[in-house]
This record gives sequence, C-alpha cells and structure tokens, in this order.
Amino acid sequence: MDTAIIIEKSVLIVAVFALTMLMAMYATLAERKVAAWLQDRIGPNRAGKGGILQPLADGLKLFSKEEFLPDTPNKFLFVAGPAISMSVALMTSAVIPWGDKLEIAGRTVIMQATDIDVALLYVFGVLSVGVYGIMIGAWASNNKFSLMSAMRASSQMISYEVAMGLSIIALLMMTGTLSLREIAAQQSGMNWNVFYQPVGFLIFLVCSFAETNRTPFDLAECEAELIGGYHTEYSSMRMGFYLFAEYASMFISSTILAVLYFGAYNYPGMQWAVENWGVNVANIIGFLALFAKLCFFIFFYMWVRWTIPRFRYDQLMRLGWQMLIPLAIANIFVTAICILWSDGNLF
Amino acid sequence: MHTITLLFILLSAVTVATAFLTIFSKNPIHSAIYLVICFFSVGGHYLLMNSQFLFIVHIIVYAGAIMILFLFTIMLMNLNKEDEVHKPRLQRWSAVLFFFLLCAVMMLIFFQSKPIVGDYDDLGTDYQSIKVLGKVLLDSENGFMVPFEFASVLLLVAMIGAVLLSKKEKSS
Repeated sequence: MDTAIIIEKSVLIVAVFALTMLMAMYATLAERKVAAWLQDRIGPNRAGKGGILQPLADGLKLFSKEEFLPDTPNKFLFVAGPAISMSVALMTSAVIPWGDKLEIAGRTVIMQATDIDVALLYVFGVLSVGVYGIMIGAWASNNKFSLMSAMRASSQMISYEVAMGLSIIALLMMTGTLSLREIAAQQSGMNWNVFYQPVGFLIFLVCSFAETNRTPFDLAECEAELIGGYHTEYSSMRMGFYLFAEYASMFISSTILAVLYFGAYNYPGMQWAVENWGVNVANIIGFLALFAKLCFFIFFYMWVRWTIPRFRYDQLMRLGWQMLIPLAIANIFVTAICILWSDGNLF
Repeated sequence: MHTITLLFILLSAVTVATAFLTIFSKNPIHSAIYLVICFFSVGGHYLLMNSQFLFIVHIIVYAGAIMILFLFTIMLMNLNKEDEVHKPRLQRWSAVLFFFLLCAVMMLIFFQSKPIVGDYDDLGTDYQSIKVLGKVLLDSENGFMVPFEFASVLLLVAMIGAVLLSKKEKSS
C-alpha cells in the first residue's frame, strides 16, 4: 500500500517537473513569437519547422558559453543565487490540483502532489521567499547596478505581497478554506470565483505581474538604467537559470490564477462527462481545460509585456501602496457585507 | 520514530550552528543569511510536530518579510567592519550576565511545563489545523479573543509609531 503511494506520488512529481520545464522552455519561444506577431514580424523560424527547435538551440548556446566569475569575495553566494531562484520557482507546483482524480487499476489517484491543509499559504510562503535568489545573487555580484536592482526587486516584492495577501483574504472569506483542492472543487460547473470576486481577481493579477518581475513591473532589470539588472555579471547557464526561473514562475503563477479564479480543472458539463464517459476521460478533459486556461494567462503575460511600457519607480510604489492596498481593503469590507447579507445576518 | 529523532538532531545542529554563525560572522550580510537558514530550520522543528500552519506563517513572516527588510536595510547602509560600534566593557559584561539570567528563566519554564503535544498525538486530537486555531484564538467565551485583539492593537501602535518617527526625521 505504502509503496503504491510512493510510486504514484513520484510519478506525479516527475510529470509535473517535466511539464514545468517543457512549458518554461517553450514559453521562451512563445514569447518571441508573440512579440513578433504584435510587432508585425515573423519571429524565429530557422531552427526546425517554424522555429520549433529554437529553445533547444538557445539552451545549447547558453551551455556552451564561457562561465565568467566576477572578482567577488562571495563566490558561493554568487553560485547560490540562480540555484535558489530556480528551486523556488519549481517548489510551488507541489500543491496545485491538476485534476480531480483518476481511477487506475481499481485505485483512486488524486491528481495533486500533496494536499495540505494550508496549500494557499504555502504558495504565498514560497512566493515571499522567491526574492532571495535575486537579492543574494545580485549582492554577491559585487556590482553597483546589480545591487540597485536587488533593492528594487525586494522593495517591489514586499509592497505587492501586502496587496496580494489582502486580495486573497476576500477570496478566503468566500470559500472558507485554504486548501487549493477544495477551492477548485467548489468551482464546479460555471461557479468560477472570478464572477464573485472580480476586483480581487484584478488586484491578484496585477500583483502576480509584480511578483514574477514581468513588464510593466520589471524594474529590477530595467536595462536603460541598470544595464542588465541583477544578472549583469552572470553568463552561461547561470544566467540561463535566472531567465528560466522567470518563465517557470510565470507558468506557475498562471496556473495559480486559473485554479483560484477561473475554475481550475472544471468545465461546463464535467458532471455529465463523468456519468457518461467515465471518471478518467472526464478528468483528462479537465486537465486539458486547466491547461488551456493557463496557456491563456501565459499569453496574457506576453501580450501585456509587448503592449504596456515599463512603469517609473515612483509610479510603481504609488500604485502598490496608495491604490491597490486601499482597493483590496475595500474589497474585503464589501465581501464581508455581502456574505452577511446573503446569510441574513446583516441586521 | 527513529527517523524523527534523526531529523530532530540534524535540525537542532543546523539551528544552533547557524545561530552561532549569525553572531560570529564579520560580514553583516552573511549574518543575515545565516539567520534566514536558522529560521528555516526552526520551521523544520514546527513541521516535526506536524504544525503546518505555524510553520508556514513562521516562514512568511520571518523569512519572507522581516529578513528581506533586514537584508534590504543592510545592503542600503553598506555596513563595513570599521562601522562596528565598540560598546564599553561594562555594557558588554552586563549583557552577558542578563543573557544568562534570561536563560535561567527560560530553562525553569521548560522544566515546569508539561509537554502536551505527545498526548494529543496519542489521542488523535486535532490541535494544529486552522479551524481549531481560529476557534481558540477568536472564541469570545473560552478562547483568547481579548489578548489576541490586544496584540493586534499593540502592533498597530508600533506601526503608527514607526511612521511618526520616520516623518519627524524628514522634516528636521
């Protein structure tokens, strides 16, 4: 019995890991293709048919570059920076429910690596630790521009975490649970949380852009002011790790957005599919539905990147502290009043 | 049981070692990073007791917020070894004395207290989930609602005080 669980979980973890890696790889190609499309170009089309092998070529190029180590007294921290970024970007996927359940050889397999009580807080904890990779790597680079970038990254991360946490509280008051599995199950049919929490969703979306360091909030790598930002001194695969971690965390945060607000693996008619086509087929379609939703969000990230210019630093701070946080607090109050009203306890 | 003992010893060793390294490192950034590792290993102790909520809140608050602000400030001030303030001898010795007094008080508390988590584990009582914690903290009759609310007021006062201090410095 125990061996079966260990095998089942290992297979699941390896599959999720492979999926994240594959998605991060192809997100780089997708980004260039989307950019080309938005700017009326063709984009990379030399490696393979329509540029399909471009990520492999990029990876090979990064691997074969010279590994440059700057003159720094903190060689260990310099190497640790990208490693922390990468591992933290991959850790979140442990609590994501990819589907409801499968039935394989008479056993019910839950499509989630681990179903913990505090899954949502876990996501939050991993997010808040994520900035260490950038901070430590940038500081160990022994470079003024990198240090400035670390400052920006950390202050931005802390500011937007507050608004993100507050937007989540309104969602928690509605769902009454911190388990991502239960939040996903509650949204069956078309009961998607985005219809009940539109403002919370908007705040969460804006904060996810800030937390993943994507344009218009990528001040940490503002090349006009800071050369390359925190990865100025990095080369070869260490630099590749930083870039890769950005795409991996983009994939994960798209998944979190889809799970929290866009119905996770649920699709209209899932109940009917379970009754007529069996649990397995219905859940595989469910996984594909989740995949389609998260692909949309990845596309949305790219769409915004190539449409909206970067914010100025003071604009970024004003948006975070003076607009998003009051809006999130107001959202909590409105949600509380609505919950009391619908329960009939208001007066 | 054996694995848990092994894990406990390992975590304790990491906790104590990084705590000492935090004090003895010459470089303030290294100190802060050792302290982060120390916080993570303390979080590991919470997980050994199966207190998931305590673990994750500990990580979010200490490693995710406080230490990032610490690192931020240290990087901003760019502290060097020369900047280290040398305290007078009397102050240092009295600090050592009071540290040992505090140690004695804490040891006495540990000897007096009755460990109850083991009993809960044997009985299978739920003592760590958010539902139970919420009931204990916010129940107005047999919970800790009043102290809990007072703690939040205390935090609010500290926050307002910090804002006021930073404002005053700017105008002068």
